[in-house]
Amino acid sequence: MIDWLFITAAHAATAEGGGGHGGGHHEGGFNPMEQFDIVRYVDIHLGGYDASFTNSALWMVMGTLIVLGFFMHSMKGGNLVPTRMQSVTELAYEFVANMVRQNAGNAGMAYFPIIFTIFLYVLAMNLLGMIPLPKLGNFTVTSHIIVTFALAMFVWVGVTLIGIQKHGLKFFKLFVPSGVPALLLPLISVIEVISYFTRPISLSVRLFANMMAGHTMLAVFGSFVVGLGIWGGWLPFSFMVALMGLEILIAFLQAYVFAVLTCIYLNDALHAGSHYLPERRPARRLALTFSQPLNLQTKQEN
Amino acid sequence: MDPAAAKLIGAGLACSALIGAGVGIGLIFGNFLQGALRNPSAAPAQFPNLLLGFALAEATGLFGLVIALILLFVKL
Repeated sequence: MIDWLFITAAHAATAEGGGGHGGGHHEGGFNPMEQFDIVRYVDIHLGGYDASFTNSALWMVMGTLIVLGFFMHSMKGGNLVPTRMQSVTELAYEFVANMVRQNAGNAGMAYFPIIFTIFLYVLAMNLLGMIPLPKLGNFTVTSHIIVTFALAMFVWVGVTLIGIQKHGLKFFKLFVPSGVPALLLPLISVIEVISYFTRPISLSVRLFANMMAGHTMLAVFGSFVVGLGIWGGWLPFSFMVALMGLEILIAFLQAYVFAVLTCIYLNDALHAGSHYLPERRPARRLALTFSQPLNLQTKQEN
Repeated sequence: MDPAAAKLIGAGLACSALIGAGVGIGLIFGNFLQGALRNPSAAPAQFPNLLLGFALAEATGLFGLVIALILLFVKL
């Protein structure tokens, strides 16, 4: 039933290229889905499971190493007055810490490390997908539903377990909101249950769809540039530049949305059935974050 | 009807979900501007919410686009 969840568009595209109705890259035609192809580099089979080292795995390793390397390098000194690199790291830290505090309250700060990790992972994968590399081409890990679905499922199961551990059976008050007329309650409960169980799907499909649609669009417009040649290609090329900007914005935005929704789900689990909303301190403007990094506390007090 | 033709028509119809995304994004930015011009000092605080709303509205339309891509590219 949910078979399609596990079929990436890439697999389908290659299957079609093999024996479908003549499309694909066999006839020299252009296929915007080709960029999502999974290529095996090292064949590994563990107990009947295919655990090969693919290009997807390679890009994941690359992204993780870049984030890890950057953080370790920039925080090497641990200066009180940060260097430029260190202040980038501190900005990222404060940005996510503020987000968790605003959306899940102080109780949520215990789970800050995992949310920070998820945010950086998704951000690194999204941004790395925007950079074409020689020999490796261009590949976005988060444009495969299985990757985002695994992330979302991890978040969802984890949050549910936290809720049950924290509240026991009272956790299920989440599905019976207080203050609802008794007549409406059966209907509302059903809707709440459905919306709770579709969370991992909507969380994963949101990220995957944005990344895949964006990269397909870029590939299609890129083919216009190539197809129109050196005289006509300038018009779509200038459009491409604008689209690139939009895609970088979306790469950042989707990582942010993924992390914010994780915080909101966590807030639901931590404060189940109590209508708890963390005090909404005025969130600072994103642009401000980059101009005045380190006066957070004083900013919020007044 | 030929199943292949039905698939293509279905994919086209599924793309109409993007109408909603367009309306939603327009509403969000329009209403943000309206509110921001009435009370400019409160606007910066709502900027993250603006981006969040934009991303959520856009994603709803893209769900439809995914259905279209599934119809086009996934062998059932």
